[in-house]
Amino acid sequence: MADGNTPPGGPARAAAAVLRPVRDYRRLAWIWVRAVAQYPVSLALMSLAVAVSVLAQVGAVVIVFGHAGTLAGFTVYEGLMVFGLAASAFGIADMFMGAVERLGRHIRSGSLDAMLVRPVSPLVQVAADEFSPRRLGKVVPALAVLGIALAGTDVEWTLGRALLLPLMMLSGVLICCAIWVATGCLQFFVADAREAANSLTYGGQALTEYPIAIYGREIVRSVTYVVPLAFVSWQPALLVLDRPDPLGMPEALRFAGPVIAVLACAGAALLWRFGLRHYRSTGS
Amino acid sequence: MRVHAAVYARGLHRHSTYRAALVAGALTNSVFGAINAMVLLAVFAARPRISGYDAGDAVTQVFVGQALIAVTLIVNTAPSLDLAERVRTGDVATDLLRPVSLLGWWLAQDLGRATFTFFFRGVPTFCVGLLLFDVVLPGGPVHAVLVLASFALAAVVGFALRYLYSLSGFWLLDTRGLWTVAGLVGPVVSGMLLPLALFPSVLADVLRLLPWASMVQIPAEILLGKDTLPGGSVFGALLLQAAWAAALLALGAWATGRATRKVVIQGG
Repeated sequence: MADGNTPPGGPARAAAAVLRPVRDYRRLAWIWVRAVAQYPVSLALMSLAVAVSVLAQVGAVVIVFGHAGTLAGFTVYEGLMVFGLAASAFGIADMFMGAVERLGRHIRSGSLDAMLVRPVSPLVQVAADEFSPRRLGKVVPALAVLGIALAGTDVEWTLGRALLLPLMMLSGVLICCAIWVATGCLQFFVADAREAANSLTYGGQALTEYPIAIYGREIVRSVTYVVPLAFVSWQPALLVLDRPDPLGMPEALRFAGPVIAVLACAGAALLWRFGLRHYRSTGS
Repeated sequence: MRVHAAVYARGLHRHSTYRAALVAGALTNSVFGAINAMVLLAVFAARPRISGYDAGDAVTQVFVGQALIAVTLIVNTAPSLDLAERVRTGDVATDLLRPVSLLGWWLAQDLGRATFTFFFRGVPTFCVGLLLFDVVLPGGPVHAVLVLASFALAAVVGFALRYLYSLSGFWLLDTRGLWTVAGLVGPVVSGMLLPLALFPSVLADVLRLLPWASMVQIPAEILLGKDTLPGGSVFGALLLQAAWAAALLALGAWATGRATRKVVIQGG
């Protein structure tokens, strides 16, 4: 501790313990940003390509709503709002935690062993590995779509709703981060299983890009109570639009996002600890 | 030819090692197929017919796309042919020393990989589609053979494009940007993201003629027996696929010649 006056066990120390991984992450990520910036043309092209692909997905949503008129009672702008919420939450989570899906590669190559002897949390090191600002190419257009959609929909803005929306978006990001870490942990046990995780991470994004009521009651139940994907875009959308749940699920669920997010993160952290305990190095 | 058969067999055998990855891949393709299919079913519930497609056609195309993902590797945003990495590291020098052409060697190996993943990842994915949705099957043995021929041509087109992306490494220092663009644009223009029938018809007609459509849209329409096929028949469509395969392979052979005259191999 640089600050010698901090009393042991005081609140300042607790805050430092919480902030330390954040600070470590920021430093490691900054190193990668500087490395990636060595190839500015490649970085610009990749960011642009990602942005164009988001616009193509937006085009797909517009085409789908153009043919269908409304889906689950959602108009095209409301549908774009759902898309914007899902794509921005998954995009931000992918930027910060997406690298966890390469855990299997670190295990195979032995670089996880090197991370374990460093005085920084291995999760922070795995997550910050190859951090790339090109993912902003996904986040920025997604947020722009969300903004356009919010402007285009008939939302009765109250102070409560204006404050709750960012909170629910933050919860959505945390839930997505938790899903990335939890599914990444599978690779502690089956190192080849990287793609199985994609069915929940990228698959989760594909699922939540549309009003999930179209998938039917069984799927909505399982993504509410088992894998909490419903809290990424669906419940926040119902909250902002002040709309009754078309499937008659409890209205209180739309306020549950933050609680679910904390539970999901705690669950993911426990899984990570369990996986790391289970880890046996392949040796040299 | 015997060399190529041996390389093909090794390519097939090599990919049989990663069984967990195979199961994980089939699971992921099935989940994506189911999600896409349910979205399209919701659309077709509101409008039962869109440019000659009904719900069953759309769902079938989704699962054709998912079954062929691992064959054509159309969605990969990272280099998906080992040749790309070998150009970057210089290991390609070893490949160039072999008494067979670079193109033929990698084509044989990649078709081995494609064959294996088609039967052990593509077919199971398609079966999941059959179980969960009303997926259309070929009308008879002759139709089935034509569909398989179309899938095989899709694999060749997929290889030829990836071979060209890999060779670009001889001119570009960093090909990752190109692979990213290819992996993001490919699924949109091929009919993987949405069947091209849902696109505005002028755009759809143009996209049908590009090589990417030969990897999803054309094989799906051959299975569905659509009259929107190029030339209006299955044979016209197969001809288009074959023409793209031949043209892209020829371009690959020409680019290989240019690249090998340009390359300088350091050391010994």
